[in-house]
Amino acid sequence: MKVELKIQRFDPVKDQEPHFETYAVDCEPTDRVLDALLQVKGLMDGTLTLRKSCAHGVCGSDGMRINGRNRLACKELIQSQEQPIVVEPMKGFKIVKDLVVDMEPFFEKFRAVKPYLINEDPPPAKERLQSEKQREKFEDATKCILCACCTTSCPTFWADSEFLGPAALVAAQRFIFDSRDQAKEERLDIVGEKEGAWKCRTIFNCTDACPRDIEVTKAIGEIKKEELFRKL
Amino acid sequence: MGAQIHKFEAIVVGGGGAGLYAALALSKEKVQTAVLSKLYPTRSHTGAAQGGIGAALANVEPDNPEWHMYDTVKGSDYLADQDAVEIMCNEAVTTVYELEHLGLPFNRTPEGKIDQRKFGGHTRDHGKAPVQRSCFSADRTGHMILQTLYQQCIKNEVKFFDEYHVMDLILESGICRGVVAYQISNGEVHVFHAKTVLFATGGSGRMFKITSNAHALTGDGMAVALRRKIPLEDMEFFQIHPTGIYKMGILLSEACRGEGGILRNGKGERFMERYAPTIKDLAPRDIVSRCIYFEVRDGNGVNGKDYVHLDLTHLGAEVIEKKLPDIADFVRTYMGLNPVTDLIPIQPTAHYAMGGIPSNFNSEVLGDEKGTIVKGFYAAGECACVSVHGANRLGTNSLVDILVFGRRAGLSMAKYCRANDFAPLPKDPENEVLAQIEWLRSNAGGEKTAVVREALQCTMMDNCGVFRTSETLQKAQGDIAELKKRFLKIQVSDKSQVFNTDMLEAMELNNLLDLAQVTVDAAFARTESRGAHYREDFPKRDDAQWMKHSFATLSAGKTDLKYKPVVITRFQPQERKY
Repeated sequence: MKVELKIQRFDPVKDQEPHFETYAVDCEPTDRVLDALLQVKGLMDGTLTLRKSCAHGVCGSDGMRINGRNRLACKELIQSQEQPIVVEPMKGFKIVKDLVVDMEPFFEKFRAVKPYLINEDPPPAKERLQSEKQREKFEDATKCILCACCTTSCPTFWADSEFLGPAALVAAQRFIFDSRDQAKEERLDIVGEKEGAWKCRTIFNCTDACPRDIEVTKAIGEIKKEELFRKL
Repeated sequence: MGAQIHKFEAIVVGGGGAGLYAALALSKEKVQTAVLSKLYPTRSHTGAAQGGIGAALANVEPDNPEWHMYDTVKGSDYLADQDAVEIMCNEAVTTVYELEHLGLPFNRTPEGKIDQRKFGGHTRDHGKAPVQRSCFSADRTGHMILQTLYQQCIKNEVKFFDEYHVMDLILESGICRGVVAYQISNGEVHVFHAKTVLFATGGSGRMFKITSNAHALTGDGMAVALRRKIPLEDMEFFQIHPTGIYKMGILLSEACRGEGGILRNGKGERFMERYAPTIKDLAPRDIVSRCIYFEVRDGNGVNGKDYVHLDLTHLGAEVIEKKLPDIADFVRTYMGLNPVTDLIPIQPTAHYAMGGIPSNFNSEVLGDEKGTIVKGFYAAGECACVSVHGANRLGTNSLVDILVFGRRAGLSMAKYCRANDFAPLPKDPENEVLAQIEWLRSNAGGEKTAVVREALQCTMMDNCGVFRTSETLQKAQGDIAELKKRFLKIQVSDKSQVFNTDMLEAMELNNLLDLAQVTVDAAFARTESRGAHYREDFPKRDDAQWMKHSFATLSAGKTDLKYKPVVITRFQPQERKY
């Protein structure tokens, strides 16, 4: 089928402002939006720039705005898109070129919540025991692939770039609720600050944007609840 | 334009499981370490591994590492080096416990231990029945390994250079001295002076048309080593995984069959019963992939086409949603089918390079078939060939391999760093890289990377896939020679310094072309069938002539093949029946 793509372009060397360019490609209805973009890049205009890797929704490279919503280009099929398919970079980070944004501030926020298991006890000879019930408390958050679709769909983050943002909060939830972790209080201090969980206005854009179907807003809500109860 | 120079005791190239585990081990040993990745590390393809890590924990039924070793050796069609396999299967157990201690959220048994499930080729007591050996975290075990190791590297303050593409290895007088890398974001060239370098750069599945592999898997480390006269071992063995999504190649984990899923042909028959009566659908991948094509050739494909069905419908919604949630999501997203009620069309998909940079069980790189060690140079993971997988890798053993030998690499490098000073850099080590970049930027001739790459992928799939003959391989040899000529006319249309992925893709294609050449040449030379290498014109395994590893080098564009004996310790080669 014929597909029209309207892609936001920006070359920092030549352009003052981003602009749109339109391309017509021939695709199977079951092709991914990523396939259409790569057809443009491979056969029509090699300067089109985007990140990509696994092409099936598990590596998190190709987050972008597709018809106004943050999505992974490799998880969206052509047949389910309205045409023209409008493709833009994620909002809220500096555009490096075309669909590529500067991810450094994103990973900086991630690192800020101490996103790693902290347990200073000497490990046992075998595994630490954990029940399925205990694991289920943080399982949803472990699915995160750090694609930034949630954070860059958050109006609070657009308005305040200091906000930790949903992805970092999900990472915090993952460890706060892990029965093996010993740094819950330390993490609750970090995400209880003014740029942390309380900045969330429960707009649910993050939950809508998550390509891994993580209940992001719910995870942030769980952090808020934990903050409240520890202050009582 | 010159190059920026950095100095680290240890450089790890590649941010997947092997690289990150090595980096973690190095940082714990207080070695100054930097990880270079052409992606962000969390984008690495370790994250796509689904089903689990094989380790004989015996948490749900009796098991021991010796059985794991037997299965691995038999699965390899007796080409794996048994000393290395023994180390791997023993250390798999401690490695899995260590991962748990690092925070990996494994699924649990009712007692709270790590849960385990069945996987292809893994058996109880030397082949008696399938065994539950695969330790898993739903169907995203690789994702959890990658995340856990990245998290721990952050905790240990490992230095990362993200989106740096390594283009050359600095090697002089048999001593490795560092690497030359291209910074994707701004086009700058960097020299990393090091005492030790680890290549953990992953596989090369993008040389095939239908593949489970990420776009990034273009064999960069292997190709860089090859151009520096390091041989590549056993490149003729490339695993084609039985269950890729039809036409797309996206992997549907063997865990589907481990949980009880079965394959059905167009007549609805469970055809694997005929080929592997004892373990049926859980036969190793090389066998199942061939059987799918035998069925298709016999007219038993679905609707006369070149695919069969994966049937999960009898597993029930709960098993599918709890233990195979990502698989269920892939099937819904890409095929519009519901795995709880619908049969899933699958076809074999190029998956894993058993071959690679020859290394020993301390992950030191071997410079020739005699076993000469290249000082300061290490390789681990898919880009390496220890060899623990021989002619066919068992499911779950790739994760075992990256972890066991990634960690061993880190520890060996730390030891080397303590005992040795920096070897001096040669003069202007970046010059060849600068010249190559300049050539790519200015070359004209009208050939497009995407077009040449697609032609390569098609010939490799058609002529060097599941079935091979001298005719198909000669066809591939001719095609590759022609495509290499066309590469000389490659024209990059993006001339800029900023995030130039057009140029990057041309570099990657160059790597794939060299690797495809040695793969096909090694396959042409091996006139027997073993594991994933199936020659229709030589359908029998020939131990008298071919119980040996190939070592391929490139000189002046020609492949030179030498051979090295297989290490056999416990298990004498036998006919492989399941």
